[in-house]
Amino acid sequence: MKIALLADIHSNLEALRACLAHARGRGAEQFAFLGDLVGYGADPVACIELITGLAERGAIAILGNHDEAALGGLMENMDFQARDAIYWTRERLGDRERTFLGGLPRLVRDGELLFVHASADHPEAWTYVTGGRQALNAMRAGGVAYSFVGHVHQPTLYYEVGDEARAFHAVPGAPIPLSPRRRWLAIPGSVGQPRDGNNTAAYAIFDRTGRSLTFYRVPYDYLSAAGKIRAAGLPERLAKRLEEGW
Amino acid sequence: MVKAEDIRPGAEIDGFHVLEKVHEGSMAVLYRVSRPDIAQPLLMKTPKLGFGAHPACYVGFEVEQMILEKLVGPHVAKFFAKGSVEDTPYLVMEYVEGQSLREAVGRAPLPAEEVARLGRALATALHALHRQDVVHLDVKPGNILLRPGGEAVLVDFGLARHGHLPDLVEEEFHAPVGTGAYISPEQVLGVRCDPRSDIYALGVILYELATGRLPFGSPTRLGGFRKRLYVEPQPPRALNPAVPEWLQEVILRCLEVRWQGRYATAAQVAHDLAHPEQVPVTERGRRLRRSGPAASAWRWLLALRHEPPPCPVPSAYLGSALHVLVALDPAHATEALGGAMRDAVRRVVTAEPHARVSCVSVLEPSILTEEEAGRELAHSLHTQRLMELRHWARPLALAQERLRFHVLESGNPAHALMEFADGHHVDLIVIGARGSSTLRRLLGSVSSRVAAEARCSVTVVRIDQ
Repeated sequence: MKIALLADIHSNLEALRACLAHARGRGAEQFAFLGDLVGYGADPVACIELITGLAERGAIAILGNHDEAALGGLMENMDFQARDAIYWTRERLGDRERTFLGGLPRLVRDGELLFVHASADHPEAWTYVTGGRQALNAMRAGGVAYSFVGHVHQPTLYYEVGDEARAFHAVPGAPIPLSPRRRWLAIPGSVGQPRDGNNTAAYAIFDRTGRSLTFYRVPYDYLSAAGKIRAAGLPERLAKRLEEGW
Repeated sequence: MVKAEDIRPGAEIDGFHVLEKVHEGSMAVLYRVSRPDIAQPLLMKTPKLGFGAHPACYVGFEVEQMILEKLVGPHVAKFFAKGSVEDTPYLVMEYVEGQSLREAVGRAPLPAEEVARLGRALATALHALHRQDVVHLDVKPGNILLRPGGEAVLVDFGLARHGHLPDLVEEEFHAPVGTGAYISPEQVLGVRCDPRSDIYALGVILYELATGRLPFGSPTRLGGFRKRLYVEPQPPRALNPAVPEWLQEVILRCLEVRWQGRYATAAQVAHDLAHPEQVPVTERGRRLRRSGPAASAWRWLLALRHEPPPCPVPSAYLGSALHVLVALDPAHATEALGGAMRDAVRRVVTAEPHARVSCVSVLEPSILTEEEAGRELAHSLHTQRLMELRHWARPLALAQERLRFHVLESGNPAHALMEFADGHHVDLIVIGARGSSTLRRLLGSVSSRVAAEARCSVTVVRIDQ
């Protein structure tokens, strides 16, 4: 059974569709959305509709900090462009979208798997897992072999070696066997706003049967996604960064 | 569910019948096993777990299990099965018939020809491994088996590194992991990713085979390991005067402290060991004593600041150190075609500073070779062709080190070129299309046959007629 891990979609419908099609083509039957379904991009309603449909058929969906902000939560840790996008998004969300976002859990456990948007160590604090120390805390707080995390947009695999956590930057498309004897924390990267200089959408597939993880990069129509951001009157930088991947 | 303790002679594990115990080391136990549907002899490896076991045992086993499964080819023991990690950890692989390289080391010092033959087999095996994105990092005689046909097989991937997989190996007690005598300077500093670390170990083995001694002894502590960062090894010719200069050149180049100073690929080592007459001998090959205390002090200072470059993915790195074969036919090629081929080669060697170029030409075997006069004629034809190849390569202005020349004899040029390419790990063949010559009408096109049948990439150069 293969489960596709999709994080930080950020209202980017083109990227979401491209990743879903790519994952289905590789045999993914389950989907997990690791939070930040909205924010930044110009298609919040269409993205939520797509994800709602999948969630009704068993997909896992997690609440992210941008989703929380879109529902009226605090934005004190966000920059001005992110806030602008949240104000814009709030006006677009209807009752159905609010109900769906409002019902999302912060953390889901499924056997030896854990899904969360930020660190499992106090998920409500939205702590970024950007280094070995945070990764170790997050893995240990989660207490399971496999943690799947979003929030940070750089695809990274952390793993426990002795008393530390090391980071590994995977080669896209190369499967990595993950032994259940140690703890792993995978950040699949961002579907809708990649920031590592590569403008293709990032996601990963975990094979639950063979216990292996594969990171992927998917080219998508970023010109349309950026065009919609401009047409909506959202900040120019949000369009530009999709084109360049920063 | 079977437990690790259940693996013993007579037991039946997932369809494998456990036969006798072959070896019990500090980390693992090896058994011969059989399964009715597999004809060849098999080996089962199980890690030593449980009370008192070394904590590194399981990690080494986990690493080997991850990597062995991905490897193919005659230079590794073929993978057959693995047990689940939760209950029965085991690996089943081909039982390799053959002797350990330890046997040859026991007979050292060996004649240069035998050192070259063994070294070439090992370098070929290492290159095959590096091409699959794996660096072995524990290359030593005990981890090398020689098949009866002479092919080397690398075993024990417990410390190995796969470029596509996270590195699980733990550094224990703040000492580097590896075997004291064979470990490379960068491994001493904790860098575990460059194929040239294996080339260093290959150099230590060649040194040992040629002299009967180890260049840095067998240290067990960090201070002893670090010595190789600044102390030069005694030149092999100082220990065994029978070691030819070319062999010392090859050995000491493998043992350069900075990996940029070593051979770029194991394939280049194999190539040089197969063609000693083409090895450009420098001061390194001729020296009979190591440099004095001033030079050592300088090297010691450099070692303090030694910062190895970032880790490349092995196959990406090998791609930049490619072996280019230029198939030249001076007898029939026009000046214009020769120039166009040179341009094609220049584009590759300029883009890839580690690339090596072999200029190869095929001579028709002389019908007169039985007689003295015929042999002489053949010899002079051979020399003449070599000079033509050198003349062609001159405008490229390549360093001597990056250029090799070979004249082959065969009535079937396409076949001879492809055989050479296979035997020397060629990555790219550059060949000219002869257009509509009489010869082409008679023999068919060599370039089209090479383009269709070669196992590596081929660039066919054409010019306007």
